[in-house]
Amino acid sequence: MQYMLLIYGNEEGMKTATPGDREAMFKAYGDFTASIVKSGNMKAGDALQPTASATTVRVRDGKTLTTDGPFAETKEQLGGYYLVEAKDLDEATKLAARIPGARVGSIEVRPVMPMPADYPRPKA
Amino acid sequence: MDSGIETVERVFREERGRILATLIRLVGDIDVAEESLASALEAALVQWPAEGTPDNPRAWLIRAARNKAVDRLRRGALFEEKRTALEMEAALAMASAPDATPAHEEPVDDRLRLIFTCCHPSLAIEAQVALTLRTLGGLETEEIARAFLVPAATMAQRLVRAKAKIRQAGIPYRVPDSDELPARLDAVLAVIYLVFNEGYAASSGSSPVRREICEEAIRLGRLLVELMPAAEARALLALMLLSDARRDARVGAGADGEVILLEDQDRSRWDRAAIREGLALIDGTLRAAFPGPYALQAAIAGVHAQSERADQTDWVQIVGLYTLLAELYPSPVVSLNHAVAIAMATGPAEGLRRIDALAASGVLADYHLLSAARADLLRRLGRFTEAAAAYRQALALASNQSDRRFLQRRLIEVGGAIPAN
Repeated sequence: MQYMLLIYGNEEGMKTATPGDREAMFKAYGDFTASIVKSGNMKAGDALQPTASATTVRVRDGKTLTTDGPFAETKEQLGGYYLVEAKDLDEATKLAARIPGARVGSIEVRPVMPMPADYPRPKA
Repeated sequence: MDSGIETVERVFREERGRILATLIRLVGDIDVAEESLASALEAALVQWPAEGTPDNPRAWLIRAARNKAVDRLRRGALFEEKRTALEMEAALAMASAPDATPAHEEPVDDRLRLIFTCCHPSLAIEAQVALTLRTLGGLETEEIARAFLVPAATMAQRLVRAKAKIRQAGIPYRVPDSDELPARLDAVLAVIYLVFNEGYAASSGSSPVRREICEEAIRLGRLLVELMPAAEARALLALMLLSDARRDARVGAGADGEVILLEDQDRSRWDRAAIREGLALIDGTLRAAFPGPYALQAAIAGVHAQSERADQTDWVQIVGLYTLLAELYPSPVVSLNHAVAIAMATGPAEGLRRIDALAASGVLADYHLLSAARADLLRRLGRFTEAAAAYRQALALASNQSDRRFLQRRLIEVGGAIPAN
């Protein structure tokens, strides 16, 4: 099964981090990513720019409305994700627990909905 | 010799949990397993009386249900069902015998896998309880709804959502690896104990004990001990047996009898067989370096069980056990019981000092037993006006009718008027 591991954390906290903290975090993510590439679990993964760079788009009555900022103001913000292959939820939650952000923020584990084989997909 | 129909009913009653657990492993889906088992049962009710009972009724039911599942899945119209059907047919083809286990795995009772799936921490606790009772306890949805005082439709919805989450989120059907086993076993024990407490200290309603729920929890506890005789599983079963042993002495006569405190119970009405069984289960467990929470609570219940009369209770030993419990597994309720035990061992004043400190922290502000315990110590100290105020406070918080009757009687005894609601 495929699972999306959504990494939520407090952006304000990251802003006040020292260069040493950031370097350590960057290295920890690098090590984790390398390990799940090696184990074959990793499908995709990225970090996102802070929510200050976010734009929210809605279409209502045929009109596109764009607003500054994230969809919802919350204490923790979506900061990145991994898409992983895991045999079941237990393996997925074990991977989630190893994400460095899990120690300061939260990881939401969401199963990816299976789609028909003929559903449009980009070429790999 | 019983007739074919009686045999079907007996096999179904005794073996339903095992059959269902095996089917869930084979077909990989609780709903499909439940439905195909129901169809297999219908077939058995027709065939067994006509053609004779098969040599191995359980294997017959599993085989029949498995065939029904394959039929159902072949008919499945949804893409997801079709895809699963192909995988499942491959799995079913491999499973030649109902009890077949892949060669690389230790043989495991399917019911143990099912317990761990039902009590998976990614399900809400209410869902864990409902699923466990429905699949392993074999209670009907309406019975579970009655036990937890929710409408049947709500309970049905809860079960549907839980089964959907198991399917969609990929909650596995297996006994957890050894590194996660302790935490996962704790979750299973918590579910069983929650069921027991729902029956033992019914949070509302007119009867203080709902015996059939306690019996169901004890049955699940026995099953777990049979499948996995871990120390804490044994201790939980002991705790339930030792508590349940007091059931006949714990409630006054009549359909709406009031709850009788431990010290006032007629101990000749305690169930001696349950006490013996409970004590044997925890024999030696306290010698462990860090006894578990259920072992300590069972040991406390064991001290009470071994006291012929209330005034012979070894309160010093009970205080010692609560001290250990509060140190290793602190909680406000443990602190409250600790304070009550200290009051019994060394006098009400010290107990009251601790309860007042606990009350001041505000953590148990809504817990009627805190006010009730405080009221009782004030009464023992002869401070009746304060005791009456505390009984009134407890009455305002208590929802169970027999608790309320008890508190009202005590309130009158200390000279207070019953509030007019």
